[in-house]
Amino acid sequence: MQKTVTSGKSRKAVTNTIVHIFLAVLSLIWIFPIFWVVLLSFRVQKGQYITSFWPKEFTLDNYIKLFTDTAIFDFPRWFMNTLFISIFSCIITTFFVLAISYALSRIRFKIRKPYMNVAMVLGLFPGFMSMIAIYYILKGFGLTEGPFIYLALIMVYSGGAGLQFYVAKGFFDTIPKALDEAALIDGATKWDVFSKIIMPLSKPIVVYTILQAFMAPWLDFIFAKVIAGADPRYYTVAIGLYTMLTKENIMNWYAPFAAGAVCVSIPIAILFIYLQRFYAEGLSGSVKG
Amino acid sequence: MAGFAKKKDREFPEVVPVLEVLQDGDIFTKLSFLIWGVGNLARKQIVQGILFLALEISFICYFVIFGAHALYQFVTLGTATQTEVFNEAKQIYEYIPGDNSQLCLLYGVVTIFVIIGMFLVARAACRSSYYAELAVRKGKKPLTFRKTVSEFKDKRMYQVFLAFPFLGLLLFNVMPLLFMILMAFTNYDRNHLPPKNLFDWVGFENFTRVLNAGSDLGRTFWPVLGWTIVWAIFATFLNYIFGVILAMIINRKDTKIKGFWRFVLMLTIAVPQFVSLLVVNTMIQEHGAFNLILRELFGMGPLPFLTDATWARVTVIVINLWVGIPYTVISVTGILNNIPTELYEAAKLDGAGIVAIFTKITMPYLMFVMTPQLIVTFMQNINNFNVIFLLTNGQPATDAYYRGTAGKTDLLVTWLYKLTIDNKDYNLGAVIGILTFVLMATMSILTYRNSKSYKEEEGFS
Repeated sequence: MQKTVTSGKSRKAVTNTIVHIFLAVLSLIWIFPIFWVVLLSFRVQKGQYITSFWPKEFTLDNYIKLFTDTAIFDFPRWFMNTLFISIFSCIITTFFVLAISYALSRIRFKIRKPYMNVAMVLGLFPGFMSMIAIYYILKGFGLTEGPFIYLALIMVYSGGAGLQFYVAKGFFDTIPKALDEAALIDGATKWDVFSKIIMPLSKPIVVYTILQAFMAPWLDFIFAKVIAGADPRYYTVAIGLYTMLTKENIMNWYAPFAAGAVCVSIPIAILFIYLQRFYAEGLSGSVKG
Repeated sequence: MAGFAKKKDREFPEVVPVLEVLQDGDIFTKLSFLIWGVGNLARKQIVQGILFLALEISFICYFVIFGAHALYQFVTLGTATQTEVFNEAKQIYEYIPGDNSQLCLLYGVVTIFVIIGMFLVARAACRSSYYAELAVRKGKKPLTFRKTVSEFKDKRMYQVFLAFPFLGLLLFNVMPLLFMILMAFTNYDRNHLPPKNLFDWVGFENFTRVLNAGSDLGRTFWPVLGWTIVWAIFATFLNYIFGVILAMIINRKDTKIKGFWRFVLMLTIAVPQFVSLLVVNTMIQEHGAFNLILRELFGMGPLPFLTDATWARVTVIVINLWVGIPYTVISVTGILNNIPTELYEAAKLDGAGIVAIFTKITMPYLMFVMTPQLIVTFMQNINNFNVIFLLTNGQPATDAYYRGTAGKTDLLVTWLYKLTIDNKDYNLGAVIGILTFVLMATMSILTYRNSKSYKEEEGFS
């Protein structure tokens, strides 16, 4: 009896060790590319052909080059472009998403169900199928030249907001309708209900929507590539960094690319991890119990 | 009488159908369908009446100046080709611009939308007049302009809430989609590029070309479609199975520092995909980090990650595991914690082993909760542009495919991208887009509409 317990214990210890070693190896695999970029950004060799895994020397030159050598690749400008676009599209998108989700969740009107069906159908088309057409429509109105690219990108990022109502609508659905009804009986208008009762209760989903909308232009790659096209002055960071890796540029810009990737990834990763909390809260509903 | 019965069981009694308005309304209301605002003016709603009239005048101006011609050109898609004329005085060739088929198509689409809009405004004008008429009939004063506006803060707030997102959708989703869909029925390819050349309607010719397995296009379409489906199946189910196993390993009672393992996985999601995938792309090049490590540690020659078709396909599926497993782990963890512990305890009392518990309790529970999400993931994988485009860009290239437009790892979406952006075969791109839509729609009709969450949307409240 005594013997089986100890052998069971030691077997457990062996399993535990194996599990932890396994997890450690997996973590290394998952971390490796991230670690590789960071390592790369401090490397002295600029090009893609690297002879040893561990760099022989470390340097900050890549970061300095990224921010000062702006003749071909104007990283600071791309950064500001993206920031500018994301702030404006964030404001519009947040307003759109909250408005449409609220209306679909709280108000019963005639075209509600048809609209939700149409939205589902629209979501089934490949996303950038419409985008190629958008490019030609914007071009037809002369919006793909110079500073109009900003306007075009802002409109493109916030134009599709009407389809992104699922998460926020799910949240509004969990707020008891009795709250609205009580307020309406007390003589409040529907606008009062929205602005004074529902919004204060919906902080997690508002924050979630704002951050999500803010991050979109930093992560998007295809829309920006099609719309900004050939004019590097109006690139966002994503396409900018992508062009650094094309055949002509990779020899000189591989390491600065890594530096740029690190600069963009850190704030985005922090925002994302911060966002996770609101996402969980948003899905679990507003009024607990 | 029949109209009365209908009125009773209507879900939204405050919205009177236009047909009923036209039957029941007086002469002014009926006239409002043709001359907007007449009914409002007759009821002394001056501002509303003038606004409707002004709208109608602007519509008419649009049609006289622009719309009628646009509709005509929409049918013909332009008749005059651009011509080259030698200018004697300047001694150079000059271009006399012809019609631009692409703009003809675009303006035609815009005009169609304007016509639909016109019809909607006409209905609104009728209704507005009818409501005023009803008020007069009951001996009340029709709504003043100020009252109408203040209704938007209350009874009609949803209209304001919907108006702008709708407009956005219409301009940036519906209209472009229609524009693109129409291209599928033209010969707008690399040989018919405006403004130099005209293109024209060709009916279903492009569809038959793409779907015919014997034609040059069909020989590309069917293999690419096959790979797309294989990819989606592997990418979805391998990620799911390994993700669930990993989540369970982390969730074990005896596993230490659970938060740390999850944080490591979370970190890879948090880094923007274009960064992580581009980096991995450089790592699997012939002289990239993986081959470097293979050489330094094992002295092996470079492996053909991107140059051999089979290697490349396996590589993208494996790397996609790296991309996708963290998502599964994060979403499964919460569900695993929700499985009632009584189930496990009861199973243990009955003497069930780990495997039995996994197959009889954990998996069925997870499948029950996650099936809708799995379907969504599958559909996302069919359209997984980022992973393929950034990782392999469709490489390795092959001559077997239509004019070399697609590579061996290209999905339908990336092929669509290459056809339109790189090769300017817009009609073919549009056909591929429509076929992808058909594929997705079939799947979602089969699965999504049968799901509980769709049927019981009101169940919660």
